[in-house]
Amino acid sequence: MAAPTEAAPAGPQERPRAAIEARTLRRDQWWRAPAVSAVVIGAFVVYATIAALWNADYYYEPYISPFYSPCLVAGCHLSSESYTHLRVNVPHLSVLGYWWVVSPAILILVFPLGFRLTCYYYRRTYYRSFWRSPPACAVAEPHRRYSGETRFPLVLQNVHRYFFYAGLVFNAILTYDAVVAFRNHQGQWGHVGVGTFVLLINAALLWCYSLGCHSCRHLVGGRLKHFSRHPVRFKLWGVASWFNARHMQFAWASLVWVALTDLYVRLAASGTIHGAWV
Amino acid sequence: MSTSAGATGEALAPRELTLRIWRGDAKGGGLVDYTVEAQDGEVVLDVVHRVQATLAGDLAVRWNCKAGKCGSCSAELDGRPRLMCLARLSTFERGVPIVITPLRTFPVIRDLVTDVSFNYRKAEQVPAFQPSADQPVAPFRMAQVDVERSQEMRKCIECWLCQDTCHVIRDHDDNKPAFSGPRFFARYAELDMHPNDGLDRRRLMQEERGLGLCNITKCCTEVCPEGIKITDNAIIPMKERVVDVCYDPVRLLRRRRARG
Repeated sequence: MAAPTEAAPAGPQERPRAAIEARTLRRDQWWRAPAVSAVVIGAFVVYATIAALWNADYYYEPYISPFYSPCLVAGCHLSSESYTHLRVNVPHLSVLGYWWVVSPAILILVFPLGFRLTCYYYRRTYYRSFWRSPPACAVAEPHRRYSGETRFPLVLQNVHRYFFYAGLVFNAILTYDAVVAFRNHQGQWGHVGVGTFVLLINAALLWCYSLGCHSCRHLVGGRLKHFSRHPVRFKLWGVASWFNARHMQFAWASLVWVALTDLYVRLAASGTIHGAWV
Repeated sequence: MSTSAGATGEALAPRELTLRIWRGDAKGGGLVDYTVEAQDGEVVLDVVHRVQATLAGDLAVRWNCKAGKCGSCSAELDGRPRLMCLARLSTFERGVPIVITPLRTFPVIRDLVTDVSFNYRKAEQVPAFQPSADQPVAPFRMAQVDVERSQEMRKCIECWLCQDTCHVIRDHDDNKPAFSGPRFFARYAELDMHPNDGLDRRRLMQEERGLGLCNITKCCTEVCPEGIKITDNAIIPMKERVVDVCYDPVRLLRRRRARG
């Protein structure tokens, strides 16, 4: 049954507020958290843009950069100057062919970027750090008008759950990448290098971040009225709630680590680091 | 032993404390300094009462339980919305005046007392609990796991700190008619998650109560003296429930097909 939508009762004419000129009377360093967030997110955006446009040094068998996985072009192995082996490991979709000259990372990053851009935690962070809406609690924002998430383009934040679904697909691919990182250049199991751990941690952090997603929490059980009638979904909701309570920590950890993973593969592929331990 | 006893004695010894209190009414006002004796074991409300008893008998301040349960003594301490009865003096920097101002979002009546009737008008707009077809009449039988989410919202003491800190109305008076505010989003969530409530308030929340205006910056959660996770456990779950009926194309198609 839908709720009635009668007109709201009109309130009495409001009197003025207390005359206080200061934008805020807070004395603590309220600007520090949004400033740190802006610096970290800004650094990531700059790094990710350069890495995505670089279009080289993203594959060092058996490791592939998370920015370029799955391998969409026919010759991922050609991206590495130090590459001397046949491709045996990474998911290789080859949907783009040798004619594709633009970085395939641009096609891939749309999805994780959309997932993070519409994420409830990141929204809070960039509304505070970049939009200053508000910069901090009880600190006046500089904008004269405010329509929240009711109009285009911010109303599109409501499609977050679809980016969550896409994020799950990429998590599965990156998990596969981490598993095949236990194979050596010849495709034999048993290889363990530093890169294996780097890729494993990357996949784990991305799962932890995704499972704490507010949309995930809603979809697995939050939308129910009766947990008692759905014990399995209640358990899943409990798991999602545990991750959700740590969503901020996993959001930052996975963001930083995915950049470090790309950097590691890039250093290996370019020959900057080499040796059996890699 | 003697050292710690000495340190404790020093901390509890009376000291001079300056409160910088906003005095005035709708016509205007300003900050006035009052210096009184205080000790660290006290809370800000204790010292405000001392000011009222010794220096400014006409100081207007709203209070009741002095135990963080009635939600009356809400004010802004050094710019942060807090309950004066829960603000221990030991948590403030020594030697620096504590600035006390009324809630900024609401019209001032006098000194620290504001007109919070906006909130009661919003409360009147909430469609009340309506029993579902499953159990149309009392007594209602329900499992504990089904009511726990709603019970978190029932902890609300209606101190209006979340309403005060919410920038949607704090910084934009023009949003007040269209925005219920975090306290009432929690109330809507409480009802929507209630296992025996049969009324669908989702479209109402989005289209007339301003849920879409909230940009989930979590200030309401930060100031809640009851520790209610308003954003994570009420507002965002309600935003997701609204997506189910308003924005999810797959669910919308499914609904249309079901309707024929």
